[in-house]
Amino acid sequence: MAARQQLAPVLRRLRPGRCSAKLGRQATLQLPVSGAVRCFSESRRRCLRSTAAVAAASGKFTSETYPDIKRDGRFAQLTADHVAYFRGLLGSESAVIDGVSSSDAVDDIEPFNSDWMRKYRGHCKLVLKPGSTDEVSKILKYCNDNMLAVVPQGGNTGLVGGSVPVFDEIVINMSRMNQILDFDEVSGTLVAEAGCILEVADQFLAGKGYIFPLDLGAKGSCHIGGNVSTNAGGLRLLRYGSLHGTVLGIEAVLADGTVVDDLCRLRKNNTGYDLKQLFIGAEGTLGIITKVSILCPQRSPAQNVAFFGLESFDKVQQAFREAKGQLSEILSAFELMDEGSQALVRQVTNNKSPLEGQYPFYCLIETSGSNADHDSEKLAAFLEEVMEKGVVADGTLAENETQIRSLWAWREGITEALSHLGGTYKYDVSIPLKELYQLVEDTRARVDEAGLLGDTDDFPVRAVVGYGHMGDANLHLNVSTRRFDARVERVLEPFVYEWIAERQGSISAEHGLGLMKKKFIGYSRNPTMVGLMKNIKDSFDPKGILNPYKYL
Amino acid sequence: MSALRILVPVKRVIDYAVKPRVNKAQTGVETAGVKHSMNPFDELSVEESVRIREKNRAPGGVEDICVLSAGPPKAQDILRTAMAMGADRAIHVEVKEGEDLEPLAVAKLLKAAAEQQKSNLVILGKQSIDDDANQTGQMLAGLLGWPQATQASQVEFGEGDTVSVTREVDGGVETVRAKLPMVITTDLRLNEPRYASLPNIMKAKKKPLEKKTLADFGISAEKRLKVLKVTEPPARQGGGKVEDVDGLISKLKELGAI
Repeated sequence: MAARQQLAPVLRRLRPGRCSAKLGRQATLQLPVSGAVRCFSESRRRCLRSTAAVAAASGKFTSETYPDIKRDGRFAQLTADHVAYFRGLLGSESAVIDGVSSSDAVDDIEPFNSDWMRKYRGHCKLVLKPGSTDEVSKILKYCNDNMLAVVPQGGNTGLVGGSVPVFDEIVINMSRMNQILDFDEVSGTLVAEAGCILEVADQFLAGKGYIFPLDLGAKGSCHIGGNVSTNAGGLRLLRYGSLHGTVLGIEAVLADGTVVDDLCRLRKNNTGYDLKQLFIGAEGTLGIITKVSILCPQRSPAQNVAFFGLESFDKVQQAFREAKGQLSEILSAFELMDEGSQALVRQVTNNKSPLEGQYPFYCLIETSGSNADHDSEKLAAFLEEVMEKGVVADGTLAENETQIRSLWAWREGITEALSHLGGTYKYDVSIPLKELYQLVEDTRARVDEAGLLGDTDDFPVRAVVGYGHMGDANLHLNVSTRRFDARVERVLEPFVYEWIAERQGSISAEHGLGLMKKKFIGYSRNPTMVGLMKNIKDSFDPKGILNPYKYL
Repeated sequence: MSALRILVPVKRVIDYAVKPRVNKAQTGVETAGVKHSMNPFDELSVEESVRIREKNRAPGGVEDICVLSAGPPKAQDILRTAMAMGADRAIHVEVKEGEDLEPLAVAKLLKAAAEQQKSNLVILGKQSIDDDANQTGQMLAGLLGWPQATQASQVEFGEGDTVSVTREVDGGVETVRAKLPMVITTDLRLNEPRYASLPNIMKAKKKPLEKKTLADFGISAEKRLKVLKVTEPPARQGGGKVEDVDGLISKLKELGAI
């Protein structure tokens, strides 16, 4: 089998597009080459360090980009006494990164101060890394008593600036709480600490024949606590549903240090309000999640991936209907990409496109099942039918694991490709399927009319592209820019949000609100609901120390 | 210049991205329920044959591309894949599951097949990634009495039935030239195999696939070698993590490094 080991590095070298990401992640996690499914996913923070950020020029403080956000004067300034308390509490040298008493630690703090796209940057001077729920509780109690604002932080892979400080909030980073605590091989219930990296948990489960019900591009860096806090959606949602269904229990710490122990491992528990649901998607504004118990489905031994080119969005919808009808229970992903997004991936990776010709739309279909023969037969029948009916214009079927991974790279690599090209305005929206792509077309026309879109350096906008989870009616509208230009933002906002509100869509389907979409919540939620949310926030965190300036 | 009749032997192996596991009895690796696909080197052979035709690289043209696989019934899947990539027809030599052929037997089988099919060029992978023998191509050339060019990274056709093959060797490249008929084995940098398109996958279902047995070629699956034991390589000792500088120092002291 020696050739296997030789083959992996050589193939990697031969296909330049994937190498950096793959190496980056392996270096950090030391995973076996063959272990992970879809190995090429980005380890964003490390890979994209040098990438110029989104519209807000890199290195610019959030407080400069958004001068209208003012530091809340109720919060106390950090002093050496505070730091001394935390040092005494956490003991270990590595648990406190102190930029208050000396300026030596500035470089060490920087990664905690800005997000991976370098779009947001805070002025934080203190990072705490608690190692237990008890420590989290004591930290929060002290902060609450002394009016110190905090930002809970996981893998810091968010896209809306929810996990980085705006001013001098203390960062509570969960990376030291990374243990898998328990796994029940019969029921498939996993209990783990919040700082456990998603891919580590998934690899652990793979060894037991199970799968984590969530998968996303940043799996090599993101924490499951962060995933739950942001109610991350990702690639497996179509099949396994949202975290609101799969998370069985949560242990969280409230702002005053109270530990909420709802680490239930039962599927059914109709006793009172289901409070854990509030923490799912609360982005750390109600409490800090410290432990999670989650129901994991059986890992499917057989996987197939097909990739299509289609002539129109009508055909895409038709293909989706056919796929649901014919593949039903084995369909595990139906992803949409437009030609614009694929052109950018081609440009950045220099990989050869899987299809000969170019089509306005591409779809990626994944099936997962327990019987490879059964799945292949179903898929073959489906492919034959959509080809014959002329629903799809061309397509290909992955013949081996390597091709499965490289086909997925055309979908998963879009985010990374975009970030290599400059700043991107990202909108993560949910709209009824029928009009899903209309948003991209309308936005493109609008940007073009304003004279901002073009192929040369004279135009600030390079491309307006759309891709996303077709199966979940979730579209990512991305506007790739060459440089920051205030006109672009004026053309896009509030146009995009209004467009979505008219169709009762969601302005944030899976990325959350964070800082970026805080002021747009009204487009998707009515005042009554926002008011109720504020009541909840007040009763969980009366002093408002948890993740201030964001969310509501 | 004679038209090319290319024979491309392909093998069904455990997918290169799958980590093979040794069976409990330590007599081989577990194959049941494991994803199989075409040996990656054989994909290169198929791709190269198809490209020779598509790009009209051979002055005499390509008359026939025939893929051949000896293996269990499932091996027909990879033959269909090869035909979807562009091969004209396939021959499946049925060998019972678990009854593997040794390189010499394969070489003898291919010799008989090359003669039957009137092939004048055999392009095969330099080795299969399951047993890593890297012997079949060389033995085949010996049995046929044809010239061989192994580990090809580039293949060019010249006047008068000559073929120049570039091969990567330690410290550089080496170019060899020979006359047809000949045997070429492929290496990783030769090309990048294509994705079979859906229309071609469907056309491949209608291409001829001939079923044969070892007896049709006068070969038996008799073994000359006996596998005594198969074991996994020793597990690599992972590194440990230390909390901070003090932890590192005490660890180094513990190991007697300082």
